[in-house]
Amino acid sequence: MAVLLIAEVNGGTLSVDSTAKALTAAKQIGEVTVLCVGSGCTDAAQAAAKLEGVSKVLCAQSDAYGHDLAEPIADLIVSLSSNYTHIVAPSTSASKNILPRVAALLDVMIISEVTAVIDADTFERPIYAGNAIQTVKSSDQIKVATIRTSTFEASNEAGMAEVASIDACADPGLSEWVEDKVAASDRPELTSAGIVVSGGRGVGSEDDFKIIEGLADKLGAAVGASRAAVDSGYAPNDWQVGQTGKVVAPDLYVAVGISGAIQHLAGMKDSKVIVAINKDEEAPIFQVADFGLVADLFDAVPKLTDQIA
Amino acid sequence: MKVLVPVKRVIDYNVKVRVKADGSGVDLANVKMSMNPFDEIAVEQAIRLKEAGQADEVIAVSIGVKQNQETLRTALAMGADRAILVVATEDVHTDIEPLAVAKILKAVIDEEKPGIVLAGKQAIDNDMNATGQMLAALTGWSQATFVSELSVEGNSAVVTREVDGGLQTIKVTMPTIVTVDLRLNEPRYASLPNIMKAKKKPLDEKSAEDLGVDVTPRLKIESTGEPEARLAGIKVGSVEELVEKLKEVGAV
Ligand SMILES: Cc1cc2nc3c(=O)[nH]c(=O)nc-3n(C[C@H](O)[C@H](O)[C@H](O)COP(=O)(O)OP(=O)(O)OC[C@H]3O[C@@H](n4cnc5c(N)ncnc54)[C@H](O)[C@@H]3O)c2cc1C
Repeated sequence: MAVLLIAEVNGGTLSVDSTAKALTAAKQIGEVTVLCVGSGCTDAAQAAAKLEGVSKVLCAQSDAYGHDLAEPIADLIVSLSSNYTHIVAPSTSASKNILPRVAALLDVMIISEVTAVIDADTFERPIYAGNAIQTVKSSDQIKVATIRTSTFEASNEAGMAEVASIDACADPGLSEWVEDKVAASDRPELTSAGIVVSGGRGVGSEDDFKIIEGLADKLGAAVGASRAAVDSGYAPNDWQVGQTGKVVAPDLYVAVGISGAIQHLAGMKDSKVIVAINKDEEAPIFQVADFGLVADLFDAVPKLTDQIA
Repeated sequence: MKVLVPVKRVIDYNVKVRVKADGSGVDLANVKMSMNPFDEIAVEQAIRLKEAGQADEVIAVSIGVKQNQETLRTALAMGADRAILVVATEDVHTDIEPLAVAKILKAVIDEEKPGIVLAGKQAIDNDMNATGQMLAALTGWSQATFVSELSVEGNSAVVTREVDGGLQTIKVTMPTIVTVDLRLNEPRYASLPNIMKAKKKPLDEKSAEDLGVDVTPRLKIESTGEPEARLAGIKVGSVEELVEKLKEVGAV
């Protein structure tokens, strides 16, 4: 089996965590070639070459590839596809945009959010917001799949694969980038953080979200939010955890003022230890919490922040 | 300009999903079914384009079982002008794959020639997040996924997309395929008079064969199981006790 793994590259830098986790899944299928795509991605390609078990790295650079636009990148991947039995990528907003397009261009089905590789044709994936797990067997010539990174350990950095530059394809010119609104943050990334502290509607305002951020900073944690908190403007959209937000599985997840709707649980219920702080003892979040504290968050969270060394 | 809106009939998002004990799937007999929540947002956006004078006609399309008529009537009651039902299976438990759905939609596009397709970004049953992107591939059109703001400006559309890092704004050439995210708008409720009116709006019925599309699945579902359940936890009485427990398990 020959697997083409599309690396996650942001602004020329390899997202090591998500790529190394998807690599672990890819290695269970066959020999792995990594593709780095970007407006400049030589550094990313060098970083990818160090990941253990990568046999080769391809680096495709073009201005058209700088902003994850689906149309030109899908064309590039399709142009390489005849050499591979599998095309996979960590499941990120970029790959979820691009890989279904690749699959349809190849007349194959996409296999989204793979959580386990059974064999080269057979995969597990969650459906119904994670309320059921489906095992599917693909009959397609080429398998195109996104890998849910929260369920795979990251591969180590121990390799030294060869890096080759490849030519870009013609840009179909269907779309153009206008701007990004990305807030810089010193906090760990939500999907790779060891600890996540999330706030919900119960937090009540953007200002009061500082309480959540204070606890997170004390713990060295990333900050997450429920959809209700994002919809209400307390937190930015990229903090949303859940069925339609990010899926996280940190060592510790602290849910504050979050009721525990299934759509939220879909994004965090595989966390190792779950703490819930909620003033309603009936809140469904307590059904998945290892440690539940029935309390007013405005009282409990500052105390907790103080008491953690 | 015509707007095409694909709508899917799915288990209502408030219903607790029950996995069948024999591993054959999720029980959908006698459970409440509704329009996929993302598709409601797409229908709403299509109607708003029409109200703003940017679209002339909103066509809702649904692919699946005959009962999808109800879903289409909901779209019509919200304000869609007419509906097309493509029957592709008789069994409510058969989920038509996004690739086949995209092929059927492509055939509908060839007949209807819309200027824009507004689709939900994912269906809350199979959670594939794929149909819009696949349709864009088959039509060769531009795609704008996970959209939380949309403005159509002549031959192009400017969209804001919800991405992992925050928000991205791109400009896409029309015709285009847009997949909508939850924060694009708040869908309206259909009023009783509009529900009555919707009963008289045209609803065309075709089959997948009529459109020449083979819906044979590419992914064989070997089994469907329950996810691993979490062990029941405990309630702690105070912040002090919580900190103690967290230290005990090495979480802080
Ligand atoms: C298609 C679809 C997709 C969705 N995707 C997502 C998703 O990805 N992520 C997501 O999170 N949701 C998602 N949702 C929304 C989900 O159904 C819930 O509406 C949402 O998660 C609720 O957020 P919440 O728990 O913050 O708010 P609420 O349900 O309103 O809960 C607030 C909680 O705060 C508690 N509280 C209030 N004040 C205090 C206080 N002072 N101290 C302590 N506790 C307090 C209350 O007891 C309550 O339990 C989706 C919904 C749909 C239909």
